[in-house]
Formats: sequence, structure tokens, C-alpha cells
Amino acid sequence: MSSTRCAACKHLRRRCPSDCIFSPYFPSDNPQRFAYVHKIYGASNVAKILQDLPVNRQSEAADSLYYEAHCRIKDPIHGSVGIITLLYQQIYNAQTQLSKIQAEIAVLSANAQTESKYQQQVEHMPNFDANLLPQQKGVYDPSTWLYQNGL
Amino acid sequence: MGGNSPCASCKLLRRRCAKDCIFAPYFPSDDPHKFAIVHKVFGASNVSKMLQELPLHQRADTVSSLVYEANARVRDPVYGCVGAISYLQNQVSQLQMQLAVAQAEILCIQMQQEPAPITTTSPVLLDADDKSSYYLHQNNLPQFLAFSSSNNNVIYDSFKKESLFGQDMIS
Repeated sequence: MSSTRCAACKHLRRRCPSDCIFSPYFPSDNPQRFAYVHKIYGASNVAKILQDLPVNRQSEAADSLYYEAHCRIKDPIHGSVGIITLLYQQIYNAQTQLSKIQAEIAVLSANAQTESKYQQQVEHMPNFDANLLPQQKGVYDPSTWLYQNGL
Repeated sequence: MGGNSPCASCKLLRRRCAKDCIFAPYFPSDDPHKFAIVHKVFGASNVSKMLQELPLHQRADTVSSLVYEANARVRDPVYGCVGAISYLQNQVSQLQMQLAVAQAEILCIQMQQEPAPITTTSPVLLDADDKSSYYLHQNNLPQFLAFSSSNNNVIYDSFKKESLFGQDMIS
């Protein structure tokens, strides 16, 4: 018999045997942990769940049972399912925002490419100054060019 | 009245189904599996206590969530619903990163197109008034990001934090 009972055995007011299924996962310094799982699942259901698992998975199971019990006590209607619903909503909102931003990026990128192409076209346009006679001094006069070319 | 067939709960529990049976509205006799799984995980008396503590109009939703949790626990006896929570939190984190990258990309493009200094109110598409975007910050939810990697410390540490349920998560 252990001199210090685990939280479960204290709560259940019973002797804590050396092979107590609860004692590794419900230490006496955290009575709330067992109180919560006991309230939601009941001691025998918790014991059954733990006993059906290999020893190296029992600790994680106890943690998840505590987490779900905690959720259920805080939100008696939805429990941990409320968190799942909220997460799905977050994912949907984030995906929507991401799609919007990606569409905006596509538009901005397309605009940037269009402007860049236009700039390139302007740079490579024929130099009309080449058709200017010296006396025209940088003013393009189509009639002069046409006359000179017999048109 | 007395001739009605017992609900699924009373059939399983092998008892008389009273007129005011607390289970009858939510566990009809044509779906025995539904009560069986809830009874297996939570126990009939715990379910009864939970329902009794709630007003009538909230009990149907409660039963739905209990059935969901019970199914999750039977499918995954180690993590139950928490496995799904951990997975979804990972997805939220990834989306947050993608959003941050996309926002940075848009800022770059805007800076390239308009060399003038960009103010903090630059037209990023996130709606500042969107309450739901508040929930994109991870601090509101207990973290189980490493749950599936069997890292016990992550779970235990998250339970130690006061912010486990520090704020209202569901408005």
C-alpha cells in the first residue's frame, strides 16, 4: 500500500494499490485532473480505456481524456467539438483570405507585366528623328518626308 | 403511452422506458449504435447527469457532440477528438504562414510599382474588422501541435498555462 494515495484513490476514498492504474497519470498534487475526468467519464470508464492500451500510450490517453473533460466542463453543450468547429471556421476564413490575396497578387503581377511590356515597346519604337531633315530641328513633319519620298 | 417501444437507451439498459425518459428524445430505438457508443465511453448515468443539468433546447446539440466525441474516442482510444484538434491546429498554422508570405509578396509588388513609402494602411486585403481574423492568432487555443508526435511535454506544458481557456473562443 502506498503511503501517498494518488488523486484518483483519494477522490474515490479507497486504498491506492501499488499497481493502481491511475496513479502514474493522476498524481495527488493535481486533484482537479482526476475530478474532471471522473465527472465526465467516470472512474471505471477511464480505467477501462487506460487498461486497453499499451503502457507507453496510457499517459497520452490520460492527457487527452483530461483535455476533453476540461472542454466539456467549460462548454457543457459542445465540449471539444466546439473547438473543432471553431478551427474549421478559422481554416475556412484563412483559405478565403489567402485566395483573395493570391488573386490580388495575380492582378498586380499581370499589371506589372503589361506595363513592363509597354515600356519595352516604347523603347524599341522607330526613331522618327531619323526622318527629319536637319532644318526641321527635332520636329517631325510628315509632309516633308512624304514629299522627299515622292509620295 | 405504455405500448410505445422503448428507446435505444432503455433497450440497452434493459429497463422500462418511462414517459419522461431523459434519453428517449435523442436516442430513438432505430439507432441502437448511437446510444451504445455514448454509453461505452461516458456511461449512461454520466450522460443522464449532463443532460439533466441543461435546458431542454440545448440537449439535442449536447447529445450530438457527445456522440461525436464518443465515436472519435472509439476510433482513436489514445487521442480521441484531440487528434483532430491537433491536426486542424497544424493546418491553421500552415495557412497563417502562407498568408504571411502572400502579404509580404503583395507588399513587395506594391513597393516595386510605387516607390513612394508605403503607409501601414496599405491595401492588404485582410479585413481589420473581421472578428474571425482575430482567431487566427494561436494564443486563444490550447496548443496540441506536437500531440501526434507523442511528445508528452507539449500537452502537459499547455495544460499548465493559464491561457488554456483564457478567453472566449466562441462568440
